Amino acid sequence: MAAHDPAAGESLRTLPGDDVRQILWRFADRFDLQMVVQSTRAVARGPVARLVASGGRNSHDWTPGKNELLRAYDESGITAVFMDPEQGGFIEGPKNLALALVAFELAWVDAGAATGALAGNLALSPIHERGTKAQADHYMALAAPAKPGEDRKPWRGAFCLTEPLPYVGVDTGMLSGKATIAEWEEGKEPVLQIEKRGRFITNMGFANFVTAAVDSADPRLKGSCIVILEEGDPGTFDRGTPTRKMVHQLSSTSDPIFSLRVPASRIVGGYEVKDGVIVPRWDHGEIIEAVFKRTRVGVAVMTAAKLLSAVEPVIRYQRGRFRGAEQTKPGSLRHELGLQQREDALHRLTDVWATGEAAASLAFAAARLYDEVDPLERRKSELLAQAGVGGGRAEFAYLKKVNERAIEYLSLSRLPQGERDEARLLELANDELVRFALVDSEAGVLCPAAKLWCTGHGATVMREAVSLVGGYGITEDCPGFLGHKWMDAQLEATYEGPEAVQRRNLSVTMAQPLFLEQLRTWAGELRRIAAARPGTGACTLATAFRLWLWTFDHLTTAKDANGEKLYVGPRQGVTFRLADALCWLLASRAQILDLLELARRGPESPLAGEGLPGLLEFLGDLCHVQAAAAAGEVGRICAELTYGYNRHPAWDSEARSVCYAAEDLEALEGIISGMAGCATDVIGEGGAHPDKAGPCASCQGLHDFAALRMKLDGCLTGAQLAKDRAAQALSKVMIPEALDYPA
Amino acid sequence: MNGLQIVVCGSVVPDPLQTLEPTAGPAGPVLKNEAMLPAVLDPWAGHALWEAAHLAAAVPGSKVWLVALGPKAKLQQVMMVVGQKVPFELVAVDGPAGGFTDSHETAAALAEAVKAIPGLDRSRLLLFGGWESAARGAGTTLALVGARLEIPDLFLGVDALAVREDGSLEVLERIEGGRHQVSVCAGAPAVLGWATGNRPEPRNNPQVGMLNMRGILPALQKARPAPALGGGVTFEAVSLPKQQRETRVVKDLPAAEIARELVAWIES
Repeated sequence: MAAHDPAAGESLRTLPGDDVRQILWRFADRFDLQMVVQSTRAVARGPVARLVASGGRNSHDWTPGKNELLRAYDESGITAVFMDPEQGGFIEGPKNLALALVAFELAWVDAGAATGALAGNLALSPIHERGTKAQADHYMALAAPAKPGEDRKPWRGAFCLTEPLPYVGVDTGMLSGKATIAEWEEGKEPVLQIEKRGRFITNMGFANFVTAAVDSADPRLKGSCIVILEEGDPGTFDRGTPTRKMVHQLSSTSDPIFSLRVPASRIVGGYEVKDGVIVPRWDHGEIIEAVFKRTRVGVAVMTAAKLLSAVEPVIRYQRGRFRGAEQTKPGSLRHELGLQQREDALHRLTDVWATGEAAASLAFAAARLYDEVDPLERRKSELLAQAGVGGGRAEFAYLKKVNERAIEYLSLSRLPQGERDEARLLELANDELVRFALVDSEAGVLCPAAKLWCTGHGATVMREAVSLVGGYGITEDCPGFLGHKWMDAQLEATYEGPEAVQRRNLSVTMAQPLFLEQLRTWAGELRRIAAARPGTGACTLATAFRLWLWTFDHLTTAKDANGEKLYVGPRQGVTFRLADALCWLLASRAQILDLLELARRGPESPLAGEGLPGLLEFLGDLCHVQAAAAAGEVGRICAELTYGYNRHPAWDSEARSVCYAAEDLEALEGIISGMAGCATDVIGEGGAHPDKAGPCASCQGLHDFAALRMKLDGCLTGAQLAKDRAAQALSKVMIPEALDYPA
Repeated sequence: MNGLQIVVCGSVVPDPLQTLEPTAGPAGPVLKNEAMLPAVLDPWAGHALWEAAHLAAAVPGSKVWLVALGPKAKLQQVMMVVGQKVPFELVAVDGPAGGFTDSHETAAALAEAVKAIPGLDRSRLLLFGGWESAARGAGTTLALVGARLEIPDLFLGVDALAVREDGSLEVLERIEGGRHQVSVCAGAPAVLGWATGNRPEPRNNPQVGMLNMRGILPALQKARPAPALGGGVTFEAVSLPKQQRETRVVKDLPAAEIARELVAWIES
């Protein structure tokens, strides 16, 4: 087969527009989401951008200018995106993708605005996910924007978890807020006394209610819970001083103090009384898990948006960099291309763009997945109830069997047609619990992976984007607010669980047998994609998946030089780094899958159609660039983990015993000519040895790894050519005359 | 008074922030990468639409149609924004929107679309549109549509319209010298080519959008192709207005001298 060489083909004509993004991120058939995007964009590139450009970020306080944004969120429908139609919203069904799109559009200009717009949802999320129906109906209705003719202000909420003071973003399990029973009259609702101090609490400058995590400090109240606090509750509702944060200044953040009496009916999800003890239906950890696994995706999207938003300003800067200088005459190459004459500038921008695409693909894939999880999760609960399966261990055991069926389904689906039991495959495919197990397993990995990789690695790449604009990048005048975005990305890496939390989460979910089976299936799929669409990097990625899987299998059975197990919880040098490596793979895979979707559906779009061949070539090259970067990262991490826990031989008597003595080798050379050339470590006269740490390490048992690693290196073939093509396209792409928001 | 029947002629134009570079296509001039450039509702037509919606809201029983000519796919993208702003019923005509069409042909296509609106009482019709267009600005299309619909009363450069209790219309038109002319006509039918009007662009309201979309999506699906446009006109050449910037730093120049230079520059 001829090598893939699209050099003579079409190239990128314009920056991808809405029509392309709608296909890539799978909302081309959802006009409700398309409208949400346009509404949010109008707010982002209108009032939000104007506020940032006028220096609105230069204050920790909640200013009237910032407060105006709340009205814009309400009037444009952003606030209502979270709600169901009967609660005042306008989008039916799950809303994870919708909220991700809102986050994307706002963060394109300012992620603090995105946080401010979505923090109210975070406050409502505990009630939405685990609250009683009465609680949900009550607070959703209060938080919904006023309908035409209604004269009321919508309630704003804040979510208060972070403590103990003075630190920010500490472990979610460490609660110091307390709940005690203040009154409990016979036959009446108990009254709780809540003592809670928060730190870095978003929306606290104006919140009317707070969902706060507290632990019991009373033997009549069991465990922890989340309670709803209202502004008018008796006691102290002190909003505290504004947090002196250096980022996301368009969101309100302060350090509140609460000392309030609230009825026990404010416990999220309700409670029951057992033997004179109030037992909340959900402890705070269970609620937080349900909330964060969805809302973290939106944070991942924010950083992805920034990376993609940097492309146009950087191109414009690069092209115009020398204009106005005496030596740069109109029409000259330097006038037209500016810095884009230089390969390095183009290559680095290619890397930024490729990372942005991969980050967006991964984060939106996670968001869409939760749109699938939500109804299936409800269905799972119904089916378990029908089967008489209660919670706890019974549910765990039941779902373990479901997972086994899901693994069977994946194993069968990998077999060629004719070699598999089609009836059984169909039966498993139609099993709702199997479907739930599959999406739940994938979501359990994709969510922390997106949060970790998009924000953490994204922050690093955002720095690169800023550097491409030179000193201009760290001024407030920089178009696209790139300097602000770089700083903001660091907060996104921390929000709703810092990187260590995501790594810990991943180290558990990625090690589940069902997920590992999914990975094997994906590796096979990538090979098939590579066969159909060479040049996307899918083949490189498939090999990188195999290397990762080999390394995982090895690390779960291997021991280090001291005989200690390697893949165990406390050994985060192993588990966390393997989690890091996996994120690269997942992001690159998501990017390639999006490209396939565009290739499949793009021809249907008249808008994308004309420039589609060039666009597909360009985005394919970006996929290849990103796959190569992922492969490099995975190869490095896996090699370090596979070899790095073996002790290097020293020049001691034990290690020397496997070396050749120089005189023996000389004698052997006389018998077998060329023998001496095969020896690596030779001990000379008087014990002299080569200048190195010790004899070369034996790689016994690691030959498969070495072969895979070598194969992976070979799989990088063509990646730099792809980067060259993408860079060339960047120097020719037509961009708008001006940025569509002020700076 | 019966409700008003307002038909707004408003098409899409390429987003003015984009790089708009005329180039030669197989069938005449086109914009470079025209199909891929984002589009917006023609700003002049937008003013007419906001005014129409405002007027319709003030007169019970009124209805607004938006007759839009443009590539169907672009219309769909633009409607995701415009459809959220005010209530209207879309009548879509599938055709080019790059600005390289003859206003007579465009007017014919629009007039046919207006005539085909079911239930439209043309004796009560107020035909709205922009008196200009951001596409190429011939400034004649709306008047030609009015002529084809046999509506004699034509007002251009309209900034305000009031419907009196007796149904007559008081119209404020821009005239030379930065002044307005007040006219009164007996009532519909009439053609009003709007200048900027007085209504700001409404905010996007997804609730309005969800209602509009029930009609917009079917309208887009059954959009009829316009007869081949552009056959009746030949373009010898097309080019963008030249941008020229000459900066001199001069201090302490008397105002009279600055004025003299400006006049000389304008006259040159």
